[in-house]
Order: sequence, then structure tokens, then C-alpha cells
Amino acid sequence: MITLAVNGKQQRVDVSPDVPLLWVIREDLRLTGTKYGCGMALCGACTVHLDGTPVRSCVTPVSAASGKKVTTIEGLSPQGTHPVQRAWIELDVPQCGFCQSGQIMSAAALLAQKASPTDADIDSAMAGNICRCGTYQRIRAAIHRAAALKKGGAR
Amino acid sequence: MKTVTLSRRALLKGGLAVGAGLTIGFRLPSRGAGRAAAQTAGVFAPNQWLSVDRDGLVTITNSVPEMGQGSLTTTTIIIADELDADWNKIRVNQAPADPKRYANPITGSQSYGGSRGVRDHMEMWRKSAAAAREMLKQAAANEWGVPVDSVDTEPGVVVHKPTGRKLAYGQLVDRAQALPVPQSPKLKTPDKFRYIGKNLHRLDSPDKATGRGIYGMDVQVPGMLVASIERAPVVSGGKVQSFDATAAKAVPGVKHVVQVTNGVAVVADRFPAAVAGRRALKVTWDLGPMAQVSSARISADYAALSKQPGQVARKEGDAEKALRAGGRTLEATYEVPFLEHACMEPMNATAQVMPDACVVWAPTQNPGGTQATAARLTGLPPEKVTVNTTLLGGGFGRRGEVDFIVDAVETAKAVGAPVKLMWTREDDIQHGFYRPATYNVCRAALDGGGTPIAWWHRIVGPGILAQKGRMPANTSVDPAAVSGARDLPYDIPNLQVEWVNKDWGVPLGFWRSVGSSQNAFITESFIDELAHLAGKDPFEYRRALLGKSPRHKAVLEMAAARANWGAPLPAGRGRGIAVASSYGSYAAHVIEASVAPDGAVRVHRVVCAIDCGIAVNPDQVKAQMEGGAVYALTAALYGQITLDKGGVQQSNFHNYPMMRINEMPVVETHILDSGEAPGGLGEPGVPPVAPALCNALFALTGKRIRTLPIRTESLKRA
Repeated sequence: MITLAVNGKQQRVDVSPDVPLLWVIREDLRLTGTKYGCGMALCGACTVHLDGTPVRSCVTPVSAASGKKVTTIEGLSPQGTHPVQRAWIELDVPQCGFCQSGQIMSAAALLAQKASPTDADIDSAMAGNICRCGTYQRIRAAIHRAAALKKGGAR
Repeated sequence: MKTVTLSRRALLKGGLAVGAGLTIGFRLPSRGAGRAAAQTAGVFAPNQWLSVDRDGLVTITNSVPEMGQGSLTTTTIIIADELDADWNKIRVNQAPADPKRYANPITGSQSYGGSRGVRDHMEMWRKSAAAAREMLKQAAANEWGVPVDSVDTEPGVVVHKPTGRKLAYGQLVDRAQALPVPQSPKLKTPDKFRYIGKNLHRLDSPDKATGRGIYGMDVQVPGMLVASIERAPVVSGGKVQSFDATAAKAVPGVKHVVQVTNGVAVVADRFPAAVAGRRALKVTWDLGPMAQVSSARISADYAALSKQPGQVARKEGDAEKALRAGGRTLEATYEVPFLEHACMEPMNATAQVMPDACVVWAPTQNPGGTQATAARLTGLPPEKVTVNTTLLGGGFGRRGEVDFIVDAVETAKAVGAPVKLMWTREDDIQHGFYRPATYNVCRAALDGGGTPIAWWHRIVGPGILAQKGRMPANTSVDPAAVSGARDLPYDIPNLQVEWVNKDWGVPLGFWRSVGSSQNAFITESFIDELAHLAGKDPFEYRRALLGKSPRHKAVLEMAAARANWGAPLPAGRGRGIAVASSYGSYAAHVIEASVAPDGAVRVHRVVCAIDCGIAVNPDQVKAQMEGGAVYALTAALYGQITLDKGGVQQSNFHNYPMMRINEMPVVETHILDSGEAPGGLGEPGVPPVAPALCNALFALTGKRIRTLPIRTESLKRA
């Protein structure tokens, strides 16, 4: 049994310690917002936060998450109103949307570190997240917009 | 907005066991919902596309799978506009597989590709909604006892013009339902559009920004197992000779190991166990003739075949005679590779096979084909096969294939339990349906003024439709092989386009913009070569030859103007231009790029002009141009699938790289409102991009790129 704190909830899962966190999140906890894209930490679709730091859950053994706070897209904000999510909706960033949970988790971690990221900051924080639909231009704009929303307060 | 777009509450009826744990990204109407709804008291349902209930809630059924192109929203805009629905009182459902009711009216099938969403359906949807609106108007006129021409509609209500009295659509449901459906309803004139042509938000953005959207991979069915298939190391024709599942079955969590058409399926309680089971399998393969095939061999064969005549796809005048006459002539060979779609969501499907019914949940572009495939594999009549189309994590043509449906249905049938069949990324890249690799010889002759008097293009490669046995009648030239080449828009008196059909058996598929994806690269690069040979400006050179192709000319001029064609560029930058028509739309691109000393290409700016006839949702037209540019640039800069011993050498994003945000240029899209019939949008933004980039690189470096992807070493400065 491994104990995990996912989105503020204590969870006990009966899995081998080397199973990637991604599959525990998706298959045991049924939180399917976090996606499988490559299994090699090459695409970022599986990005979640461990104690606020973005990690690729497809290569993170579940044991490495034990004792840490795991945040998935479902737990980023209770109502889906995190500034990054609001900006994403406002600018209609998603196309197919499959990569966007990972994009949003990477972007939220960036904004937690840097309130006003430059384009260069965005490039370096987001280059690990592939979007095959090519929404990068809107992702960039939405991160700037989210930064402004965040400074503007909760509303 | 109250829109219940992608409800988490899945409703599955018809005797299929479903528990509260089921969460899928669509609301499945009960069996035969359209007909049932039509007979349901309190619901006005004049046709299968829309209904209105007594609360005034409008339910729209979208038949076109949502793969990122925005069909959920676009379909809704078109129907809601013609119905004059209140945008805040609409929900949209994804249609079940039922080709009799939901087939594309042009193709007659419930399979979606070729950027056909709007252009094939718009008129039918508008008529369906206009009929409903006329019935609501008539119902109100009857209620008031006034002539129908004294009433009009505002969003969600009928208004009596002389008195201003109003009746909401919800109040008219029962009266309207009793009226005959008009067969020739009058459509709105474009000046009356409320939603078409406005920038409306995508209905699926909230679900996609919160992780709530349900893709095929996210389907959960009670009692479901998860499977993964060990596939042959060759790209086609490999067969299981024998296998030893002892070690695989010993992997904790593995429940079954079964042979299926495409390999050996390991069925487990969780995906990692299925994959671990695959690793423990011992399979002996009969690799078949493909094991002797390599990219080098294909390439050499194509080059040899290019010396032989092909089938004539287009002939005007006598290009060969004009070439023999001498003068200024040019010959060049162009080569493009196989490409894989690399949808972000690897292929997958979930199936449940019961004695008297089958249910499939799939991210598919082809619900009709999915139903037919499952019916064939189970022996059930198609109407006993329910297909739930989830959100698609990318499509690009890959998800029109049904191989992953075969995988899921066969495996579920073999184990007698619901099975989610998932591909790994490696499976996805190594067992795709590839954009054909081709080899091209181009020749041209110029007159004394530099104007082309002969154009000759021989394409060597396979045909997608030919391979699939889907050739149109009365021709042996595969339209998919020559599109974008035989429809060359330039006014050249002697013109010949030939196709040498050579198929090495690599599975072929429709890759975003299909033939135009490579042929526009070749034709738009070669015309650029001719412009430089003639000493003319590449934009003006094209423009002068487009007298008979006004829509090409118009987008070309718009792109050039918006890009400030001819204005000085920052040092170290080159500018290139290209134009192409595909799928009923016209696109031109101007690209600015630079090259680092090590040869690395940087794309700075993409200016696109698009004429898609009518732009239903302009912001999403832009989104498709942005996405098309990235898709095309990825291919131009990195894309190639190569074969060795019949197996694909690429396997994941480290060796089949995708463009990333740090490489993203600025993309500026300008919509040319031509007022023509609607054209496609998913694909037309792709073809001009690779040639515009390579033309920019030539302008900058003097090096002509005739083989894709671009080899940076060829651009390295000593």
C-alpha cells in the first residue's frame, strides 16, 4: 500500500512502487485529465505538480510521490477558475485539447515562480510540452493574460 | 452560458450494464433517439439535427467528430443561426453511428475527412434549421390568429411585428410539432446572420481547460480490462508464427494473452501490466516480404522508375515538344518522405461484445466505418452496434482508419469482457498509415521574356486510394497522388503531369492535406526556381501567371500586401511566398526565416491569407491556420519516417520530433471574404507552408531545398 496526497485528499493505493504515477492517477484514482502521450517524458501531456514542481508523471515512480502533495489538473482549482484556466478559455487556446492539461500545469507552475514571465521564460518553461495542433501562439498569449489576471486578484 | 456540451453523465440504455462509475465525454441519446424524440410529448423535433423542449432548450446533434477543428461549435453556430436560437439555451450532443440519419450528404458515409465538415453540411443544416424556424413561426401565427408574414423571430422567440407580442420557442413546441415540415424553407440572407461570421467562443474550451473532456483513452466501463498488442517488427504483412505467453501470464495483473489479427494482445487489469506482459512475451514472427524493404531501396527504385513514362494526369499542348525545342530549360528532382500523423492521443478504442449487442467507444473520424467493422467482426447487424464517438486527441486523417477498432473488438470478443485497447506511442509511430513518399522530376522551358511555355512534372510513388481499393470509376490515376500537382493554377500553354504508380506496400493514409501536402511543396518550389531563373520577383512572377485563377491571385496578393512583400528585411532574414488551393479553399503564405551558422533554421513570421468562401467562426479559421502552419513546419523541418528491414526506424518524439513553443513563429492570418461557397479549413493551411519556407531559405542562402525534411548541414556556413 502506498499513501498519496492527491488534490488535497489522502489516497491509499495497492500498486507496485515502481508503477509510474501517471497510471495510478489515471487508472486507480480515475483522474483522467492527466494524459499519456509518450511514456518517455518527451511530450509533457502527463505533467502534474509534486509539491508545486511540474513533473512528468509518466516517468515518475509512484513511490517518489509518497509523502508529497500531488496536484493534477482536476485539483488545480476547485471550480476550474485558476487564472491560467480562465485565460485558456478566454483565448480559446485548445483545439483537440489532449495536451492542454499538461500545458496548463506547466504554465501554472511557471506563474507560481514568475509573476510576469517574459517570452523567453515561457519558452524555457513550456518547451517540454508538445502540442500537435500547434496552439503555441495562443499558449504564449494566454500565459501573459493569466499573469495579468493573477495580478488583478482572484476575480 | 448554460450549454451542457460534454456532459459527464453518460446515459447508456438498451440493456447494457452501466454503473455510476461510467464517465464519458458525450451524452449518448437512448437508442434511436431522434425518432423517439420526435414522438416524445413536449419536444419539437422536426429532424435529426435539432429539437426544442418546453423549457426552450435547443438540443443540436453534431455528426462531425470533434478532433480539434471546432466542429462541436461550428455545427452549433450554423444550426443556431438559421433557427434563431438563443445562444445561452443550447446544448450539443455527438451523434451516434447511424449512417441512415447522420451520413455526410455529399459522401453518403459517416466518415469524416477532407475538411468536409462545414462545406458538405452547411446547406443541409441550414435548411433543417430554417424548416424548424418556419414551423415555429407558423405555430405562433396560428396561436395568435395572425398571418405568418406578420411574425418574425428573435433569438428563442417568435415576435408579432405589429403588436410586439412574443412567444418563446418553448411555448410553441406542441403546436409546432403538429405542423408539416416544410420541404423548401427560405434561408436567411447573410445580412441576417447573428452568429455566423462572429467570433464565438468554442463550446469545448471549458472542458478542455479543466481536464473534464473525455477522450477515447479516458473511457471507463465497469468490469473493463486494459489491453496492449505486441505487433510485428515490420510495418505490414507480418504474421504471428507462434508465441509463448508463459512469462507474460506470470506478470502480476495480466489476465489473458490472445492472438488477434494485428498481433498478440496482452489483457490486464491496468495498462502498465499489459505493457510489462508484452515485454515478457516471446513471439516468433513470419515477417513476409516487407523485411527486405528499406528506404534506400525504395528511393533508388523510384529514381529508376522516374525514367519511365507514367500515366498522364493532365495534358495541355505539348510540353515534351516545347522542352525539346530548347531555349532556357530547367530540370530538378524533388523527394519527400513518408510521414506519420502523430496524434497527441495514441490510437485506442474500448469495446464490449455481448451475444446480442456490441458497444464501441472510440476517438474516431469514422463512426460509420467503426460500426460496420464491429458488425463484421461480431456477426451482428450494424444496428446492434452502438458507437460512441468521444473527443479525439488529434485526427489529421489517421483516425479515419479502423485498425484500432479491429484491435479492440477482436480482443474484447476473445476475452468476453469490456476491453480498453491502447497503443503505446511507439506502436503509433511504427504502425501508422503513412503519407506517401514520392520522387518527382520537374522540367520547364521559358520563353525569351522568362515566361514558362512548358511545364512537365512526373511523380513516382504510390497512391492512397489505389492501395485501399477505393479508386474512383473511369480513371487509373489516383487523385490523391496527383492533387496539388495536376491542378497547377498557372497559365502555361504546354503542360504535362504524369504519375508512375509504385507501391512498396507501406500502409498509406490521408495525412492532413494529403497529395497537396507534398505536391504543393514541389510545384511551388519549382515555380520559384523558374522565377529566379527568369530573374523575376517570385511574387510578381506567380501573379502574372494567375490570370485564369482569380482566387489564387487574390490570396497571393493579400498575403504579399500584409507581409510587406518587397520591403527591406532585418539583416540575415529571407522571405518566401507560395500559394495553393485544396479542399475548396485558397491559401497563400509569406514566411520570413533565418539560418544560424550551424545551419539551424529559425522561422520568424508566417503571414497567411485564406479564402474559405465564408468564415463561420473567424477566430477558429485563424486557429486552423495557426495549427496548419505548425503541422507543416514540423514536417518541413523534421518529419521523416524511414524503413529498415521493413520496420519503421522512428519510435517516439526523440527521433520523430515535433515543433515546440520555443520554435514558434508569429502567425498572422488574414481572411479574404470572397462570398463564395464554404471551403475546408483543417487542411488548406498546410500546403503552401513548406514551399514558402524553402523559398525564403533560397532567397537568403541561394541554396535550393529539393528534399524534405530540410537538412541543416546543407545550410551550414563554413
